[in-house]
Amino acid sequence: MSRWLQKSYLFLIFTFLYAPIAVLIVFSFNDSKSTSNWSGFSLRWYAELFQDDKILSALYYTLAIALISSLISTVMGTFAAFGLSQMRGRFKGFVLGVNNLPILNPDIVTGIALMSLFVFTGTRLGFMTMLMAHITFSTPYVILSVLPKFKQLSSEMLDAALDLGATPWYAFRKVILPEIMPGIITGFLMAFTLSIDDFVISFFTTGGGVSNLSIEIYSMARRGIKPEINALSTLMFLTVLLLLFVINRRSEKGAGVVLPKTDTLERM
Amino acid sequence: MKLNWNVNANGKEKSRIGARGTLKVFGLLMVVLLLMSGCAASEPAEKLYVYNWGDYIDENVLDEFETEFNVEVIYDTYATNEDLYVKLKQGGTPYDIAIPSDYMIEKMIREDLVEPIDLAQISNFTAIDDRFKDLDFDPGNKFSVPYMWGTVGIIYNTAMIDEEIDSWNALWDPKYEKQILMLDSQRDSIAVALKKLGYSINTKSLEELEAAKAALIEQKPLVLAYAGDNLKDMMIGGEAAIAFCWSGDAVYMISENEDLAYVIPKEGSNLWFDNIVIPKGAQNVEMAHKFIDFLSRPEIGQKNAEYIGYSTPNKETLALLDPEISGDKTAYPDDADLANLEVLLDLGDFIEAYNRVWTEVKSAR
Amino acid sequence: MLKRLSTAPYLLWSFLLIVVPLVMVLGYSLIRTGPGGPEFSLNGFIKFTDPLYLKVLGLSVWIALQSTVLCLVIGYPLAMIMSGLKPSAQRTTMTMIVLPMWMNFLLRTYAWIPILGRNGLLNGLLATIGIPPLNLLFNEGAVLLGMVYNFLPFMVLPIFTVLIRMDRSVIEAAQDLGANRLHVFWRVTLPLSLPGVVSGVMMVFMPAVSTFVISDLLGGSQVNLVGNLIKDQFLSVYDWNFGASISVVLMALILVSMWILGKTDKNGSGVSFF
Repeated sequence: MSRWLQKSYLFLIFTFLYAPIAVLIVFSFNDSKSTSNWSGFSLRWYAELFQDDKILSALYYTLAIALISSLISTVMGTFAAFGLSQMRGRFKGFVLGVNNLPILNPDIVTGIALMSLFVFTGTRLGFMTMLMAHITFSTPYVILSVLPKFKQLSSEMLDAALDLGATPWYAFRKVILPEIMPGIITGFLMAFTLSIDDFVISFFTTGGGVSNLSIEIYSMARRGIKPEINALSTLMFLTVLLLLFVINRRSEKGAGVVLPKTDTLERM
Repeated sequence: MKLNWNVNANGKEKSRIGARGTLKVFGLLMVVLLLMSGCAASEPAEKLYVYNWGDYIDENVLDEFETEFNVEVIYDTYATNEDLYVKLKQGGTPYDIAIPSDYMIEKMIREDLVEPIDLAQISNFTAIDDRFKDLDFDPGNKFSVPYMWGTVGIIYNTAMIDEEIDSWNALWDPKYEKQILMLDSQRDSIAVALKKLGYSINTKSLEELEAAKAALIEQKPLVLAYAGDNLKDMMIGGEAAIAFCWSGDAVYMISENEDLAYVIPKEGSNLWFDNIVIPKGAQNVEMAHKFIDFLSRPEIGQKNAEYIGYSTPNKETLALLDPEISGDKTAYPDDADLANLEVLLDLGDFIEAYNRVWTEVKSAR
Repeated sequence: MLKRLSTAPYLLWSFLLIVVPLVMVLGYSLIRTGPGGPEFSLNGFIKFTDPLYLKVLGLSVWIALQSTVLCLVIGYPLAMIMSGLKPSAQRTTMTMIVLPMWMNFLLRTYAWIPILGRNGLLNGLLATIGIPPLNLLFNEGAVLLGMVYNFLPFMVLPIFTVLIRMDRSVIEAAQDLGANRLHVFWRVTLPLSLPGVVSGVMMVFMPAVSTFVISDLLGGSQVNLVGNLIKDQFLSVYDWNFGASISVVLMALILVSMWILGKTDKNGSGVSFF
């Protein structure tokens, strides 16, 4: 009885979570615009999607910004975490407090704060400002995922390497880096997913024809039902499935799943 | 690695090789995707930034301009005059072209947000009907060139509404509860309420404005949504029965759904003009002039007028149009129908009161 | 030396792009352009005490609270059921909970528009059994639904994590001592899982109270939340002074509620800030 209840509860929840996505996927193949009547199988919305210059350029900017911003924030965040791990006392607490601000603040506040800065300094809103914004909100996540790795590191190891005549750079590469690599990779993936998914902060910090997928979807959705969005959803869902499958295959056991925000809060 | 919500107690002992492999696959995927989408973004030398209303140009015209003048047009859209104003006012935008309406042009001229236009460079300016030149908001067309014009009226679905509609009161009729759409645009929606009450749409009387606010709040439970461009789809699809809209959109909607009808209510309404301007700080003023001249070409105007359904101020374009379009009373009403219409004016600082009223209406429950 | 050097770039960056912008928001909230140039003014904050705007804030908090409670009520049993599964089933269900989160947030919200619309899927289904179309979209209910749909995983994950890390022997001991299941839950499981609940509550409440996307898309501009108010001040009204004031209030509200929640979590296993 109880088993049965549990199973049906799970079933209900998963229906709730997946039904909307399933609807989008099914109707992305619908010949007409309608989402209540099926009028025949068609790939026309996919064709229209791929002829839409705005969507394609948004895809380009989304990926370019995600890649560049996550690379920069991973490097900058890793070095910062190293420095922080050697520090003590109030100053460190203060830096970590500042570091937490973009994580704790509502996105809209971070967004308008950055916009105020860019507008005030007369910076033209566009690719660079959006990139800077993305680096700003993703570096804190990198730091929080790399910092614990440095804490686990024994400081004697570095000292020993230096005593044995290794240059600091060589010691870092050969001794420290391998130990902290898992943290770096996690940080990078977090930065990347956050960047891909961001809407609010990008919305306030971009301009001049530069937009990402989220912004395009927002403006399309505000104009009503666009079957091209269904096609886009289907493609994105498949990409996610594929990525997850790959990650699962690669890490021998366990689901390798990141959900940046919850994961980070857990450790704060 | 802490990649996982791992269930095993020893889940932390992740294989580093696994993680690296993941990254490699991931990286490869990224490069492929970037290359794929990168092809979409190869660049010619010169750029022209155009900022326009959504669905307000035949985008093929942009392609034509790009080829003819070897320039890349970067095209962005906004939903209301106010959105456009804020973008230009706060700065940090690169736009060379924008298309605001009458009252907003007046405000932008007053606040020095537009560049002067050298009419000598707009050879097609002569093609524009004198009726649309030298209007009050921009005497002598020093800053703007006419693009489109139109009226505001009621669009309704005759399959869902039996009676003949001729008054703004229809938007307040409880019969149509949750079938009414309003626009999420403060001057326009407040103007409707003011006209319904018999006031000027440019009123500076707080009393009249308060009355309009009360009317809008009273109407709110009947309203399905304060829509944007999705109004068109919703009316065409029969999701709502009645709405107010701009005449050009009405032409488009009627062409998609024959049950729809457009009427200018008897209480009077709003007559509007959208002109092309060059925002202050434009980087490419020369190309902007060429673009304005290009849009004023009769055959380019024809493409736009036919595609978006709005009324052209260009007399040579009008002559080129299919008689079925130029004879359509929705887009080209008789002069007698226009007598009763008012043009929106810049209200200066009094706009604060309108802002507040609109916030109050939207926040009412 | 080395440590200074390695932290320097980020210190500079976080000063310029985290601290300075927030100080600027604070500045905009206190300074407005009067007739004789910029002047100090509390006008933005005073304006916000107008019942009209307080009602907007009240509605935002109220809807956010409702969605948090709903997520908790739906999510806690879910997390409990999941924690009782075999490890392999735990992994599968976990992945299934997280998978939709990997899709774009806007797509997940958009998905409800064609379902709830007057000519949407749900009304189409209702029509086949003879029920006239209902107004499901463009109201507070739709906004609430959008929030629960988007933020439910944020509630489930932290609770689940705490539950599976919980020492089973405590529960077994309680059972051995003759406590019934309800009693065990109330006196043992629930208190021990509190850190997870606290994280979950924050993870749901924070984005819910500040969103403007969900209310824009599913509320049809009929539901004005504090996020919409801020956005409008910056993007269509051009009153930065007022917009910044509301942002400061919102920021304070969130930081204070986090601080309070952080305090209630005495074990410290879940959350602690600053």
